Amino acid sequence: MTAKTHLELTGVDIDFPTPSGPFKALSNVNLKIERGEFVSLIGHSGCGKSTVLNIVAGLYQATKGGILLDGKEVNEPGPERAVVFQNHSLLPWLTAYENVELAVKQVFKNSKSKAEMKEWIEHNLQLVHMDHAMHKRPDEISGGMKQRVGIARALAMEPTVMLMDEPFGALDALTRAHLQDSLMEIQADLNNTVIMITHDVDEAVLLSDRIVMMTNGPAATVGEILEVNLERPRHRLELADDAQYNHYRAAVLSFLYEKQRQPGEEVKVSALSEKKTESDKQAQNLQDTEQSSAEQNSEEAA
Amino acid sequence: MSSMALKLLKPFGLTDKLNLAALIKALVVPMTGILIFLFIWNIGARNIHTSLGEFPGPAQVYEQSKNLLAEHNRERQKEAAFYQRQDDRNAKKLAKNPDAEIKVRAYTGKATFIDQIGTSLVTVLAGFFAASLIAIPAGIVIGLNKTLYSAFNPVIQLFKPVSPLAWLPLVTMVVSALYVSDDPMFAKSFVTSLITVSLCCLWPTLLNTAVGVSSISADLNNVSKVLRLSWLTHVIKIVIPSAIPMIFTGLRLSLGIAWMVLIAAEMLAQNPGLGKFVWDEFQNGSSNSLGRIMVAVIVIGLIGFMLDRIMLMLQKKVSWDKTQELR
Ligand SMILES: Nc1ncnc2c1ncn2[C@@H]1O[C@H](COP(=O)(O)OP(=O)(O)O)[C@@H](O)[C@H]1O
Ligand SMILES: [Mg+2]
Repeated sequence: MTAKTHLELTGVDIDFPTPSGPFKALSNVNLKIERGEFVSLIGHSGCGKSTVLNIVAGLYQATKGGILLDGKEVNEPGPERAVVFQNHSLLPWLTAYENVELAVKQVFKNSKSKAEMKEWIEHNLQLVHMDHAMHKRPDEISGGMKQRVGIARALAMEPTVMLMDEPFGALDALTRAHLQDSLMEIQADLNNTVIMITHDVDEAVLLSDRIVMMTNGPAATVGEILEVNLERPRHRLELADDAQYNHYRAAVLSFLYEKQRQPGEEVKVSALSEKKTESDKQAQNLQDTEQSSAEQNSEEAA
Repeated sequence: MSSMALKLLKPFGLTDKLNLAALIKALVVPMTGILIFLFIWNIGARNIHTSLGEFPGPAQVYEQSKNLLAEHNRERQKEAAFYQRQDDRNAKKLAKNPDAEIKVRAYTGKATFIDQIGTSLVTVLAGFFAASLIAIPAGIVIGLNKTLYSAFNPVIQLFKPVSPLAWLPLVTMVVSALYVSDDPMFAKSFVTSLITVSLCCLWPTLLNTAVGVSSISADLNNVSKVLRLSWLTHVIKIVIPSAIPMIFTGLRLSLGIAWMVLIAAEMLAQNPGLGKFVWDEFQNGSSNSLGRIMVAVIVIGLIGFMLDRIMLMLQKKVSWDKTQELR
């Protein structure tokens, strides 16, 4: 591999000021991401996933440590690190087209002509299959469509890294599946670097090259990192019975519900995954080498 | 008839499903309310005896409104006749001697009720616009900056409840002292009324704008930061549109206050307008005066209502939040 890391988080700590003194949300977060990699962050609610993403976005400042993107330190937000927010965050008074236009005009004001901008906006809306409704306002389209526009807006900035905070969290299962497929297609075409937060184990395994599992807060950090070596393009139906896929699933589930089980929290495993416990065990026997802990990772780096 | 009725009912949202229940709700109920009011007014008026005679009932008020209109028309005819005579005279002079100096004088008749309505409307709109021009930008700046907000909030809260009657003497003195010119563009009385109105109606717009601006969702602010929008673009593209509903709530309150304040200010300062009309009639003290004042009261109410409806229409037009119920 090349010598220089694309995106690097080194020793990131953050303290939030609270009335009862500083609250250490993150402690010593280390992570290296290669160009074009799709990385998911998974962890229990409130552990600090959004905080990590916001630090990479430049919206929060790390108290200790820092972020390097292509060798340059990140200390403010910018369009090269586009964010797809959980609740779409479209401007409600603008149409889908105008929402994307706002971003395009800002990023390409000196490099694209009017006609080129129009073409680029329409191209990005086509990518997310929203060209048929591009002149509708957010309140006239469904939740899934809004999220598509949010993704188009982020893509249209031609970001080096795309940051997605539970982008499909609020959507129904069917819509989520559609959007996951769209995202995989786009990712295959454009080969963006993506960091995505999710709380959905299947989503994480299906989409990611690596899954970063975070420990519970306060002072959360990277617990384990799982490499997902499934061939692309990936198809959810074929993978449903794939032993390796189910092994990855089991690994993430075991991290979340055994190693990082929250006191007082019931182990919630969906009906689907209960059925799979059989194949999980088989998978575990077959594959046991993929897991690599954060400690191992930092040793490699050193 | 039916198509006419449909058009009339459109504003009530009744054209889609025109059923009897909806019709009753939209027309019959308010009509009944008005009729009951007129009835009570009539009975009440007959039983109130003042030094100027019986309190005017609906019939007298109707009578007086016709009189006021007729007076206005007579005054207009007089004015037309005056200009006709003047033109004729000047034409004759010029015919005799093309170099003759001709005099053109403006007609100086008595301001009629309708003229006073016009004056009041112009004044209230001017005062309201002046106030909005100050209040909206100031509200945006204060709303965007927590420190400024904390700094100015006490001052705003202090001046907000001040009655126009308290401002008026101060404004009058200040205008007399500072607004001196041989050929003033606006009459002093107009400027005094305008400033008093502005001072009193500034606050709701200022506060609502500030609150609207400061309660922009954190997500939209983050979008703006990620895009690295400049301060001005941020204000124009994000801040103002998202604060529009609150700004309009403030503007509507302000316009209502402006109208109430203006009538009081005109009355107290004897500045031309509906307030002066009311005061003059009161001083006049003829047997018709109370009826004429009552006409003014109703007209003042109608105009206030109309102004609010116009603002509501504007608000609906610019509001992006179609789920917000506006009334
Ligand atoms: N701006 C903030 N001020 C204070 N505490 C915060 C702030 N943002 C997040 N936190 C705290 O940091 C922890 C992690 O939050 P977050 O990153 O939103 O979790 P997640 O996205 O994993 O659900 C939580 O305990 C939360 O209360
Ligand atoms: Mg979160």
